[in-house]
Formats: sequence, structure tokens, C-alpha cells
Amino acid sequence: MLPVVFLGLMGVAMLLYAILDGYDLGIGILMMGESEPNRDRMIAAIGPFWDANETWLVLGVGVLLVAFPSAHGLILSTLYLPVSIMLAGLILRGVSFDFRAKVGAKHKNLWDRLFSLGSIMATLSQGYMLGQYIVGFDSGFYATLFSWASAFCVSFAYVMIGACWLVLKTSDDLQASAVRWARIALVVTAIGLVLVSVINPLASDAIYSKWLSWPQIGLLAPLPLTTMILISVMYRHLRVMPYENDRLSWLPFVLCIGIYVLAFAGLAYSFYPFIIPQQMTVWDAAAAPESLRVVLLGCAVVLPAIFFYTALSYWIFRGKSTALSYE
Amino acid sequence: MMDALVLARIQFAANISFHILFPTITIALVWILLFFKIRFHISGEPSWMAAYRFWVKVFALSFALGVVSGITMSFQFGTNWPGFMETVGNVAGPLLAYEVLTAFFLEATFLGVMLFGTSRVPPWVHTLATALVAFGTSMSAFWIIALNSWMHTPQGFEMIDGVAYVTSWKEVIFNPSMPYRLTHMMIASGLTASFLVAGLSAYRVLRNDKSLGVRRALKTGVYSAAILIPIQIWVGDLHGLNTLEHQPAKIAAMEAVWETEKGAPLVLFAIPDEQTRSNRYEVSVPKLASLILTHELDGELRGINSFGENRPRVAPLFYGFRIMVGTGMLMLLVATISAFKLLRNKPLPPSLLRVLVLMTFSGWVATLAGWYVTEIGRQPWLVQGVLSTASAVGSAPASSVAGSLAMYLSLYVFLLFSYIATLFYMAKTAANPKHKNSGQTPYSPIPNTVPTMLGEPS
Ligand code: HDD
Ligand code: HEM
Ligand code: HEM
Repeated sequence: MLPVVFLGLMGVAMLLYAILDGYDLGIGILMMGESEPNRDRMIAAIGPFWDANETWLVLGVGVLLVAFPSAHGLILSTLYLPVSIMLAGLILRGVSFDFRAKVGAKHKNLWDRLFSLGSIMATLSQGYMLGQYIVGFDSGFYATLFSWASAFCVSFAYVMIGACWLVLKTSDDLQASAVRWARIALVVTAIGLVLVSVINPLASDAIYSKWLSWPQIGLLAPLPLTTMILISVMYRHLRVMPYENDRLSWLPFVLCIGIYVLAFAGLAYSFYPFIIPQQMTVWDAAAAPESLRVVLLGCAVVLPAIFFYTALSYWIFRGKSTALSYE
Repeated sequence: MMDALVLARIQFAANISFHILFPTITIALVWILLFFKIRFHISGEPSWMAAYRFWVKVFALSFALGVVSGITMSFQFGTNWPGFMETVGNVAGPLLAYEVLTAFFLEATFLGVMLFGTSRVPPWVHTLATALVAFGTSMSAFWIIALNSWMHTPQGFEMIDGVAYVTSWKEVIFNPSMPYRLTHMMIASGLTASFLVAGLSAYRVLRNDKSLGVRRALKTGVYSAAILIPIQIWVGDLHGLNTLEHQPAKIAAMEAVWETEKGAPLVLFAIPDEQTRSNRYEVSVPKLASLILTHELDGELRGINSFGENRPRVAPLFYGFRIMVGTGMLMLLVATISAFKLLRNKPLPPSLLRVLVLMTFSGWVATLAGWYVTEIGRQPWLVQGVLSTASAVGSAPASSVAGSLAMYLSLYVFLLFSYIATLFYMAKTAANPKHKNSGQTPYSPIPNTVPTMLGEPS
């Protein structure tokens, strides 16, 4: 039971990470082509949230480390290079955010560039790792090709959710560009989703039979169908947005979350109860129950407080983000 | 090409060395901030608040660097040392989890109030948040030091099929070296922050910044350094005695004592030679090492040669220890002279101010030297007597490790340079608000939405 609880916790942390840090990673990438005033506005749109967003990754990997130590070792030493690149990217992002506000005007540009660079390094390597995970850490030619495709699609998925966040949080020309970016990124993301859904069952018999045998296929059909509906609804709105009086500006972001959740559910269903596809289940990988119980206690204290505070800060900073203030 | 084990060790050492630079500052700096805040409440003098406002920016920047480098740390165990978690994960996991959860908890909650909230919450809420952050960073350090101490003096567990299972958490956490290491580290942190505060303030005084806040900060830094350094030297001595009991090979290497002898001399300088297993160019004081370590003139010290192959290399420990102690002595000298001058209400002469500026980051030097002594002194063990470093290393090929190492190192050099340059830039521009973008934000820039939930400033 305990291993499953921790698997759930890890899953929730990873999903929240992809959604929350996802939008600010996406915005980091989008900042690349923007003028300085617009970059300030984009930073202002993520300012109060982004720091807490990243901590979900720490929690997710922390759970992997303490609850499934042997899987942690195996996964991370196999994915050695992409992990290193992601970490360097996250470091660059994390510090640029603070440095840009403290250095003289002439160095600000440099830190903005590094913020974008860090964001791209992080999203590409995360996408690559996801691809590698799906193909069971295979290093053959097609597996590598697939992982690279995944790297690009995941980056576009992040750009998509980032753009949707900007649609919600900004106005005027920036909002209009955000709508355009979101539309382009949505198309690429949709292609990526189709790709994964086709290749995943073909690559593994176990997953094939999990999805495509009767009666599962009937019970599971709503999952891809709903995803398709969400995508097409989103596309139609993005073609004509923004609306009068900023109506429905929240809609693309919410739809994005929907797509993320469904895609995640699909993956989770494919792999459960394996933590390393077809090799190691959660029970094989789990640490001793006594140790897990000690950690659970800590989580039980800390997590509710974090949920509460996160909700509070989103409430406090709701509405359009206003000009960047330095006091 | 070097083998993957050596590269992985260098990489781990580089990453944790970079990480620890920032926690050593934040752990103590936040207590200094709390002190500024409380003095402000008591006296109502704006200069205390001015000091707070400047230093909270330094805190925010250091904290950000601490967080991002900490994330790297939590991946490191998997990428480079899978054997560590596989063998002692049941012990290390929960302790690491508590470190990370504590830091994580703070970051997601009180830190936001502390950094964003000066004008957004009532003053007492803000001071309370500062106090909680101070308490929290110290707790975070407590957990990780408990783990690290356990790796030096493990107890409270049993090995079943090569995997450690905890039998008593109390024994694991309160292992024999933990009280010494924790105290020594917390004071090291206090000294690092004190010299940072004193050094940057001295720099501002030298640049003719005459504001009262700067002088108050300078005094705070100097006084706290002068109080802490004698305590640190005393605690360091106790720590050494504790190590002599549990890791005698480490002490022998630190003192470069090769043969077991009664009334061993204290080696002041030498070039330890691993080939001949002896010292070259030795300068020593007879019997002093025995006196310091056994508190007896003729006490017996075990020499390195009596430990066979299970012993650390001598040179890094010998030099590292001397760098730490040397820096400590220099701190004692500078802090005491400055404190006496300030006590007699004399302004510090420019030469002394310059020395303080030079010593801005002296805490880093001593802290790193100390950690290198401790950690290299544990080799070839990862967990003393339980798990060897070589058997925990991961399977990543040497070329990958070399690549990532090169990437990290260049990143760290660049960031360290930027960090130091930015601190001095902030010190230079603090008195001169004409500079655009001159560091007015305490933390990440935020939009000025009115926070209704947290209440208006009173
Ligand atoms: C004595 C102090 C000390 C030492 C030796 C370490 N740390 Fe640390 N660490 C801290 C003191 C600290 C801190 C003061 O608590 C930090 C700095 C900034 C922060 O948020 O908390 C922190 C942050 C921090 C974070 C970021 C958490 C977050 O997102 O807020 C992680 C993941 C780690 N650490 C992990 C480690 C690991 C795996 C270490 C050892 C191998 C380690 N730290 C050594
Ligand atoms: C914070 C200050 C620390 C510093 C500066 C530091 C530095 C070092 C250094 C220099 C080594 C290399 C020794 C050698 O290989 O010869 C090392 C080894 C190691 N330390 Fe630490 N350490 C610190 C704290 C910790 C903590 C808190 C932990 C664990 C919780 C830890 C775990 C390890 C491990 C796993 C190794 C083995 C890898 C290796 O040999 O390089 N260290 N450390
Ligand atoms: C001047 C007198 C000092 C003495 C006698 C002393 C003694 C020691 C000893 C014996 C150790 C090794 C502990 C072990 O065996 O594992 C140590 C480690 C250490 N020292 Fe010192 N020390 C002194 C000054 C300082 C100063 C001034 C600082 C920093 C500002 C410092 C920071 C550290 C740190 C961070 C460690 C590693 C962590 C630990 O094991 O506690 N020390 N010290």
C-alpha cells in the first residue's frame, strides 16, 4: 500500500510540475524574440508564482529518491546527460530571474538571454527523457529519433501552456501574439500526442493489450476522444480570440490543463504498476516501510500547508498582471 | 582519461562545494536580518530598517543560488552514486527528505511573505515570517548535518543482505559526531555571514557612504564575528577530540603523524610524501600535538602507517586543516582588533577597513577547507566502515561524467563571478538610487497587485 501512496504522490507532483513550471518554462522560451518592455511584462506575469512552481520537481524527484531508491539510481544514471543538461538549464533560469533585477541595465539583456537559454535546455531535456522513458530506455536509432521528437513536442506543449497563461494574464498586443503562439504550439502538441499514442502500444505488447483488447478499449475510448474534443475546441477559440472585454481569456489555459491531465492519465495507465517500464514495479523498488512511514509523516505536515499557500497566492495575484514594480 | 570514479568524485565535490557556499550565508544571514528587524521595532530608528532592506536583497540572491544548486544535489545521488541510496537509502532517504521538505516548505510559504511582504502585511506578521524562515533554514541544516554525521559515525541500524535498516532513529540522528559537527557548522555559518556583512559594509564606508545603517551593519558584523570566533576555536578543538575517538586515521593524516608515538610533535609545516610515508622539510613543536589531542604531554597518537590501506591521503587533509585553522586565527586577530576599536567608539582606520573588505569571503575559505578535511578524511569510505565510495559509484561512462563536469564547472565559475560582482555592485549603488534598476527589488520582481487577503499594511 505505502509504495502506491508514494507513487501517487510522485505522480501528482510531476503532473503539477508539468502544468505549473510548464507555463513559466514556456514563457521563458517565448521571451526570446521579444522587446525589453514585453519581456518585463512577461516576467511580471510569472513573478509571484514561478519560484514555488519549480519546487514540485524537487518534491517529485525527492519522492523518487527516498521512496524508490533503486529506481532513482537506475533512471538517473541511464539518463545521465539529459539530466545534467536539464539541471544546468534550471540553474541558469533560477538565477537569471534574480540577477536581472539586481544588475545594471546593460547586463539585464544578458540575463534575459540566459533565462531563455535555460528554459530551452530544461524543456528539451525533459521531453527527451520522457521519450526515453516511453521506449523503455532503448538506445537504438528509432528510439533515439522518437526521443528527439518527444523533446520538441514537449517543448511545444510547454510553449502552448505558457502562451495560454499569457492570454489569461496580459492584454493588448502581447495578448494577441500569445493567442497566435498558442495556436501554433497547439498544432505541434496535437501531432506529438498522436505520435505517442500510436507508437506507445506498438512499441510494447503489454501496453498494446492494456489498451486495445476488449473490454478495455470500450472503457478507455473516452480518454482519447475527450482529448480530441478539447483540442478542437481550443483551436476554434484560438482562431478568433481575444474576444471583446477579455471574455473567456481563461479558457485556453483551462483547456490546456485538461489536455495535460488526460495525457498524463493515459501514460500513467499504460505503465502502472511499473516504475521502470516492464522491468521494475513499485513494490520491487520501494524502500523499507518504516522509512517510508517516517517520510509520509513529514509530507502530511508540509503538503497541506503548501497547497493552502499556493492557492492563497494564486488568489492574491489573480487578474491581469500589472506593470513590473521594483518596490 | 581519468576513470569514472575519480571524475564522479570530483563532480560531487564541485557540486556540493558550490551548494554549501550559499546555505552557509543564508543560514546565519537570516538571523542577522531578524536582529535588524527587532532592533528596528525596539528603537523605531529607520537606519535599522535601511540595513534590513539592503541585506534582505543579498539574502534573496544567495537563497536563490542555494535553491538551484540544491536541486542539483538531490539528483546527484541518482546520477553518480546509485549505490549510496541502494545500500543506506533507508537511513539517508528520510533525513534527506526532511532537509528538502523543510527548505521546500519555507520557500513555498514564509519566504514569500518575508521577501514580498514588507509593505503588504502588518509589521509583526513580517517579523514573524522572518523568524520562521530563520528557524526553518537552521532546521534544514540540522537534518542534513545529522545525515552527514551519520556517514562519519554510523549507528542505530542493522545490515540485512547488504542493506541498512534503521533500528533506532534517535541513535541515527543523535550519532556521536552530530552535536560537534552541527555546532561547528552553525558557527561557521555565523562567521561567514558576519564577515560578509562586515566586509561589504566596510566597502561602503570606504566609498564614503556615511549613512547610519551602514555603520550599524558594520558594527553588527564585527561584534558577532568577535564573539563567535573564540567559541568556534574551542568547539573545533572538541570536535577534533571526538574525531580522534571515532576516526583516528583522519586525525593522524590531519596532523601528518606517520608513526605511532608518545609525545607526538605538532607539525607546523611539512610536505607529506606518500611514497616514502614520511614528511619532508618538517618544522614542528615537540610534544604539542599530544598535548592538544590527548591533553597530556606524553599521550600516544596512532600514526598513519598503522592503518594499512584503509586510510585517507595525507596531503589534502594536512593542508586543508592548516588553511581552516589559519583562516580562523586571522579572523580572531582582525575581529578582535576591530571590535576593540569600535567599542571605544573610534572609527575604523581605512587600512583596517581594507582588511575587512579583503576578508569578505574568508568564511567560505575556512568552511570549504573544513569540509574537505572532513570528507576526504573519511575516504575510502562513503559511510565509515559500512560502504566504500568505490562500490557506490554509478555506471555512467567516464566521457559523460567528464562532459557534465566541464559544463558544471564553467557554469559555477561564471555564477560565482556574477554573484560576487553583483554584491559589490549593489553595495556601490545602494547609497545612490539614481542608478536605474539598481537592485530595488528584494526578490524577484512582482506586479503591484493589491494583496487583499494578506491585509493592508497597518
Ligand atoms: C548545512 C547546510 C546544508 C548542507 C550541507 C546541504 N544543504 Fe541543501 N540546503 C540548505 C542547507 C544545506 C538550506 C539552507 O536549507 C537551503 C539553501 C537554500 C534553501 O532553500 O535551503 C538548501 C536547499 C536545498 C535544496 C532546495 C530545496 C528547495 O527547492 O527549496 C535541495 C534539493 C537540497 N538543499 C539538497 C541538499 C542535498 C542533497 C545535500 C547534501 C548532499 C545538501 N542539500 C547539503
Ligand atoms: C556541505 C559541505 C560539503 C562539502 C564541501 C563536501 C565535500 C566533499 C568532498 C570534497 C568530497 C570528496 C572526497 C574525496 O572523494 O576525496 C565529498 C565526498 C562525499 N560527500 Fe561530501 N561534502 C559536504 C557535505 C556532504 C553532505 C551533507 C553529504 C550527504 C548527505 C555528503 C555526501 C558525500 C558523498 C556521498 C561523498 C562521496 C563521493 C565522493 O567521494 O566524492 N557530503 N564531499
Ligand atoms: C581555528 C580553530 C579551528 C579548529 C581547531 C577546527 C577544528 C576542526 C576539525 C577537527 C574538523 C574536522 C572534523 C572531522 O573530523 O570530521 C573541522 C571541520 C570543519 N571546520 Fe573547523 N576548526 C577551526 C576553525 C574553523 C573555522 C574558522 C571555520 C569556518 C568559518 C571552520 C569550519 C569548519 C567546517 C565547515 C568543517 C566541516 C564540517 C564539520 O565536520 O564540522 N572551522 N574543524
